[in-house]
Amino acid sequence: MAAAAIGMIRLRNLFAVVMLSGIFSLSAAALYVVLDAVDVAFTEASVGAGIATVLMLSTLALTTTEEAIKDHRNMSALVVVLIAGAVLIYGTLDMPFYGDPMAPIHLHVAPLYLRDSIVATGVPNVVTSVLASYRGYDTLGETTVIFTAAASVMALIGRGRRKVKHGVPEGAPSHGYSSMKPHPILRVTAKLLIPAILIYAFYVQAHGDFGPGGGFQAGVIFGSTFILYALIFGVDNTRIAIRGWVRRTMMASGVLIYAGTGVAALLLGGNFLDYSALLHDPVHGQHLGIFLVELGVGVTVSGSMITIFLIFAGQDR
Amino acid sequence: MVALIVDVLSWALILGGGAFCVIGAVGMLRMPDVFTRMHAAGVVDTAGLGLILIGLMLQAGFTLVMVKLALILVFVLYTSPMSTHALAQSAVSTGVQPLLADGANNQKDKEDEPSKT
Amino acid sequence: MMFAAGTLAVLVSMALALARALLGPTIYDRIMAVNSFGTLTVILIAVIGFLSDRPSFLDISLVYALINFITTIAIMKFFKYNRIGRRSGEDLGGL
Repeated sequence: MAAAAIGMIRLRNLFAVVMLSGIFSLSAAALYVVLDAVDVAFTEASVGAGIATVLMLSTLALTTTEEAIKDHRNMSALVVVLIAGAVLIYGTLDMPFYGDPMAPIHLHVAPLYLRDSIVATGVPNVVTSVLASYRGYDTLGETTVIFTAAASVMALIGRGRRKVKHGVPEGAPSHGYSSMKPHPILRVTAKLLIPAILIYAFYVQAHGDFGPGGGFQAGVIFGSTFILYALIFGVDNTRIAIRGWVRRTMMASGVLIYAGTGVAALLLGGNFLDYSALLHDPVHGQHLGIFLVELGVGVTVSGSMITIFLIFAGQDR
Repeated sequence: MVALIVDVLSWALILGGGAFCVIGAVGMLRMPDVFTRMHAAGVVDTAGLGLILIGLMLQAGFTLVMVKLALILVFVLYTSPMSTHALAQSAVSTGVQPLLADGANNQKDKEDEPSKT
Repeated sequence: MMFAAGTLAVLVSMALALARALLGPTIYDRIMAVNSFGTLTVILIAVIGFLSDRPSFLDISLVYALINFITTIAIMKFFKYNRIGRRSGEDLGGL
């Protein structure tokens, strides 16, 4: 990882830097696996492999591939970075050792979550229940952040794109960037793989209660299928396959499902986002609430990912 | 008895797969140009991954884990030729010449920056 | 024990692939190295899952097996696009 990071800094060609950052993400996922953080590794895997590199590349396509050469060396910045790094390392000295059973986090909330969450929510995967139920407000905030990010990308640079009429894009001949007509191998393999990836995304969505995964990861995987479709069959065809209003509705309705679950709980006599009130049996209510919330997260994330990618890729510069 | 045979088999498969991985990686490092390096990388994708995953499958027995391993194997066998194809095709079409045996175009590897042209 | 041997082999190969990605004279060498680094990560995560007896790690390898190649395709595509797509009116036939 360190080698990849140093290489990233030293190389001038930004394509190579993007590739090394891919390696960085891969080894980060492997590291999370070694540290037993399955859900984090899952997120890193789906985001790093499916979205991050593609988005960086589309940014590069909008700007330039060469890093601007700066002559002056900013010594004060180096000093600040060194001091900040030293302070951070000094701070870690106070932190408990890895796996120390006397660490504060193991004494207060963690045992409570680990002991009670399965009984209280009926969901075997503790991470999912903590994220969606105990920390429901945080996750609602994160979902809103993703929604806001996609909405602001739309507002900032989404206006300049071409309007696409049904079927044939205006003027643009479908060559080069936009489609891969002369590539039967890529097209056939993509056609075979896209349904498989979609099914896998739904599996991750539904399986989040029991194993690693959940709404966010499923949304990212779902979005990456459409990115693959856009890469192979062209951005304009993707705009036809999943239309703008569908994308916008997906983005908005996910947050709506999430918040609506909370409001429904409020109306049924509980607190906001208190899923126990949803059904008569509190455990079943929790289960249903977590499922709905994860669904909302997944829908928002996939809608936002597709929207951001299409806007970035559809720019003509 | 059967367990012993399965164990020995999966030992052999995993060790063989690991050996193929290392061989492929060494080939990737030592081969002279892009296309031969791709050829070496193919060893990792097929023999290395295949043997190791089959060895793991023998360890897993008939469970969901085995199904997942088989799915991984199938998907990699789909995707890896696809990406290698795309890679080789675009390398050829941007003018990277393969090294030929008679030394016809034995120029040095081009540096990064094909985008300069 | 046998999983440890497998892990060691995969780690060595990953180091070699990383070296190729850092050295690689052309851009294609780097792409190829990243691609096989991804394959090696698939193997590594699967083997570590068995090493620590947590087969749920396999889901992560499955994700990588499914969507890792998207990166490669995207790199090829954007690389070509960056070179030819920008000059409008030239039809050089795509990737």
